[in-house]
Amino acid sequence: MSRAKIAVIVLALAALLLPVVLPWIKTPLIMATAFGIAALGISILIISGQISFGHALYVCAGGYIAAFAVREWAFLDSAVLLCIGALTGAVLGVIIGSFVVRYRGIFFGMLNLALSMVLFAVLGKFFTYTGGTDGLRLERTPFFGIAMARDQFETVLLVTCVVLALLLGWLVQRYLRSVAGQALAAVKTNETRLEYVGISAYQAMWIGYIISATLSGLSGAMFAIAQGLVTPEMGYWVRSGEIVFVTILGGVGHPVGAFIGAGIFEFVKLFAAAYLTGAWQMVLGIVLIAMVFLAPRGICAMLETDKSEGKDGS
Amino acid sequence: MPQELYILAILDGLSYAAVLFLVALGMTLVFGVMNIINMAHGSFYALGGYMAASLGLLATSMGASPAWSLLILPLAAVIIGTVFGALMETTLMQRIYTKDPILQLLVTFSAFMIFEDLQRLVWGTQPYFVSEIVNYLGTAEVLGITYTRYQLFLLPGVALTVFVALRSFLKYSSVGRQIVAVSHHREVSTALGINVKRVSLLTFVVGSILGALAGALASPTVSWVPGIGGEMIVLSFAVVATAGLGQIEGALVAAVLIGLARSFAVYLLPESEVLMPFLIMVLVLLFRPQGLFSVATARRV
Repeated sequence: MSRAKIAVIVLALAALLLPVVLPWIKTPLIMATAFGIAALGISILIISGQISFGHALYVCAGGYIAAFAVREWAFLDSAVLLCIGALTGAVLGVIIGSFVVRYRGIFFGMLNLALSMVLFAVLGKFFTYTGGTDGLRLERTPFFGIAMARDQFETVLLVTCVVLALLLGWLVQRYLRSVAGQALAAVKTNETRLEYVGISAYQAMWIGYIISATLSGLSGAMFAIAQGLVTPEMGYWVRSGEIVFVTILGGVGHPVGAFIGAGIFEFVKLFAAAYLTGAWQMVLGIVLIAMVFLAPRGICAMLETDKSEGKDGS
Repeated sequence: MPQELYILAILDGLSYAAVLFLVALGMTLVFGVMNIINMAHGSFYALGGYMAASLGLLATSMGASPAWSLLILPLAAVIIGTVFGALMETTLMQRIYTKDPILQLLVTFSAFMIFEDLQRLVWGTQPYFVSEIVNYLGTAEVLGITYTRYQLFLLPGVALTVFVALRSFLKYSSVGRQIVAVSHHREVSTALGINVKRVSLLTFVVGSILGALAGALASPTVSWVPGIGGEMIVLSFAVVATAGLGQIEGALVAAVLIGLARSFAVYLLPESEVLMPFLIMVLVLLFRPQGLFSVATARRV
């Protein structure tokens, strides 16, 4: 068994068993898993050599649409809300992706950033519909048809998130090994040659973009359900940067990287908030710089068993 | 909309465009030479404003006349730009020229996060508003509108002076021409005997000073709060991208365009104010992906 697989099992077991000993850890674990799913989406784009400083847009939209749905139909099941979040991400990804994937490098990153700022601004300004900067509250709805108390609800949510994370991680891995996924990696190495082979780089990027947007939307719905609250802050561009941070920290070599990164991020944040009030962003910045210089391929590169040397920064 | 409001919107737009242009100028200059978008550029803007406010408070407590502000504002910018710009260039930027563009963006993003907390640790979270200089310069009348002289003359005046000075510096001085050469081709410039390292450091410091200068000049007109740098980075990128990366003259036009669009939005459709810069940028990029003033370059296979 490869070391990455062992990491997956250890991580999943830790997420499921730790709350038995430490009940308070449930919420941070749900957050970390949700973060990891968004980071999984970003990792797809990073494999194609692109970086998005705007995927908080999909996280935020997924959360808000879920909140609107609850407001409209209070009986909606939480499992349905997760689907709604993912669907929101997918629809937006199809629309926005259709023109953003024509751009590369800085333009790709910054165009995403600009669009996410548009959503952020709209959510803050149109108070009557979105609750302004205070955001919207979500009532807790039944999960799988059963109305639950908070503690039980969180347990079910955590288990659902972990199962989804495992499933999605596996699917993303399958996708990356498929022709569409390999084409994505070729966009990074040499786009022109990819076109010579007869594969549309535009299409490969678009598919990748839609998948990444869907994952981000799903993660947004998870955040919304876990917190019972959505705010425009979820869509601020620095949040997008944090997702990118998590992805780079974990590495894009294996889907488990996204979740390792998310776990470390969430717990650094937790402890930094307790002991280093007001300086945790600085800690993140320093860690990120250290990663770029010392281990540009992320933590999961250390898990690789075969020692095929990759290019610097890939 | 009555005529007064039109004039007011134009004046607001122009004074805002002046600030926007200065920030964007620094960013586009750094990009031209280094091919890196500095995401921490907004932090120089924020730090410049904070420094100017602190020095202003210090001067007031010593009983100095507000006229000293005319000296203090640029001084704050030079201090911030030189210290932090040089620090960032020598510790970070120098090491990432050869790296993957993704990693370059990430490093400057990390620098942004560090600067953001740094200014919170030094200046706290309370707003700063030191506007003695604006009151001191008084108001003037334009077509029946009373407007502060500071915003009417000083801001656009400084922006235009900087623009003309920078253009002639790049065109006629030896160092300026070296900068242009490096922006065209790094390797060839090295082969021609240009000290590329020194030119990069100089460009980065000048770019940082421009960002800090914009902050220092804007600080007497708005209340300075945390997060102001994060907003500015996005806005100035909108200007830079609309103009075309590395386009100095284009940045001037784009800044005026976005400044006016924003101020008209304030009076006509207040909700859309924050959207305007991004809408313009997205529209321009949809039809001219390389920006308004760039010529498309051939792709190197």
